[in-house]
Amino acid sequence: MNTNNSTFWGILASAFSADTWAIVAPAILDTLYMTAITTVLTLVFGVLLGIVLVVTDKSGVHPMPVFNNVLGAVVNVLRSLPSMILIILTLPLSRMIIGISYGPQACIIALAVSCIPMFARLVESSILEVPKGKLEAAKAMGTTNAQIIFKVLLPESFPSLIRNFTVTVIAIISTTALAGTFGAGGLGDVAVRFGYTRFKTDILIAAVLVLVVLVELVQLAGDLASRYLVKKRFLV
Amino acid sequence: MAEENFIAIKGLKKTFRTKDGDIEVLRGIDLNIQKGDIFGLVGFSGAGKSTFIRCLNRMETPDAGTVRIGEHEIMSMEKKELNRYRQKIGMIFQHFNLFDSRTVFRNVAYPLEIAGCSRSLIRKRVPEILELVELGDKLNCYPGQLSGGQKQRVGIARALANNPDVLLSDEATSALDPQTTLSVLDLLKDINRRFGLTIVLITHELEVVRYLCHHVAVLENGRIAERGTVRDLFQNPKSDTAKLFIKINSSFNHTEQWFQEGEGI
Repeated sequence: MNTNNSTFWGILASAFSADTWAIVAPAILDTLYMTAITTVLTLVFGVLLGIVLVVTDKSGVHPMPVFNNVLGAVVNVLRSLPSMILIILTLPLSRMIIGISYGPQACIIALAVSCIPMFARLVESSILEVPKGKLEAAKAMGTTNAQIIFKVLLPESFPSLIRNFTVTVIAIISTTALAGTFGAGGLGDVAVRFGYTRFKTDILIAAVLVLVVLVELVQLAGDLASRYLVKKRFLV
Repeated sequence: MAEENFIAIKGLKKTFRTKDGDIEVLRGIDLNIQKGDIFGLVGFSGAGKSTFIRCLNRMETPDAGTVRIGEHEIMSMEKKELNRYRQKIGMIFQHFNLFDSRTVFRNVAYPLEIAGCSRSLIRKRVPEILELVELGDKLNCYPGQLSGGQKQRVGIARALANNPDVLLSDEATSALDPQTTLSVLDLLKDINRRFGLTIVLITHELEVVRYLCHHVAVLENGRIAERGTVRDLFQNPKSDTAKLFIKINSSFNHTEQWFQEGEGI
């Protein structure tokens, strides 16, 4: 169904029909599955990588300039590659690790590789926002480096981390849609296969609608959590 | 423990290397501070006050010189040992540097957590120390809810929580209004009297020295220009810096007199 054979209202009505949703609904599950697993991976490794970037910086609490430069360069290279190309590049990796190079699971590795460096940089910038004076105070009280990370840097930057995490989850959702084109399935796949290749505008609309709602929900949750923390700490 | 000089500083030198050349901030400082003293170091901006006080707990590593606090040689300590002894050196700051993510209670509990104190000890000690700084009712507040003076009181409580050997004050009242400054100074005075705590402070406010300190030294171009009792400094200033300080200070007082005499400007 598209504008050549139906009215706009007809398409819109069809976008909410049971037939359309029989196609879209399983795709939602695929998208949610990919997003969830990628989010967990990105959260864990992104925070770790971000912390390592801050700590080993030449002005960090444990300077390792050479290591830091190499790591920074790797992150920059990964970030400079468009997600689409990263996905193609990491598909052989998926085949090596899990045996197949298509389907939601195969794409999770590609998604993680493309999203972790981005989140790591955001974590880095969040942590660097913590005023130097607080670090000084912590050091003057005899805080060890590990304690500085877990008792000062992370808790102090938490509201900012949540905001940046929200941005990242949204980026993950949009990257899963892209990965759909490379056999990952999900809403992106449905939008391309039906909406683009087969001119089924009604299905395209339904897929887009779900994506919009997903992103809005994530943003809302992130905003609420961050605002709650800022209010609780009386930082406004 | 040697009563005479509890803190002994010898030949402290520090040069900062910048791309516009080297800046010699400390050019050989020798100072002895007695136990229970309130020792003030005054100097204009850029005289090296901050660098000096940061050398005492090795937040800044001097190029040469030694610092001894009690029996502890600060400069020759291993990193672990230094961290452990820093738990016994309280420090308060111009901008308080409290942790926004922690309530007042947990800010004061922080040094105790670092020192590995038990929960029960923390629950007992923190309210005690907050009572001392008259913030016993603010346990569950966040720093964001407090005024500047209250924040500095929390800072003081945090610095005292672990029963330090010495309290370092890095311009602790410079961001506070005169009235609040006075109440914070009274608190420090009271703590010194009650616990015999040695306090080393740096300031550019002569009033602070006059009100609080027992002994004072004047820092000029990275050297100690003069030192003695506070009375000596005011009655018989010898160095240019001290003379200038007192001149500026008294000209402010003259302004006050004009207002009092109703002459106005």
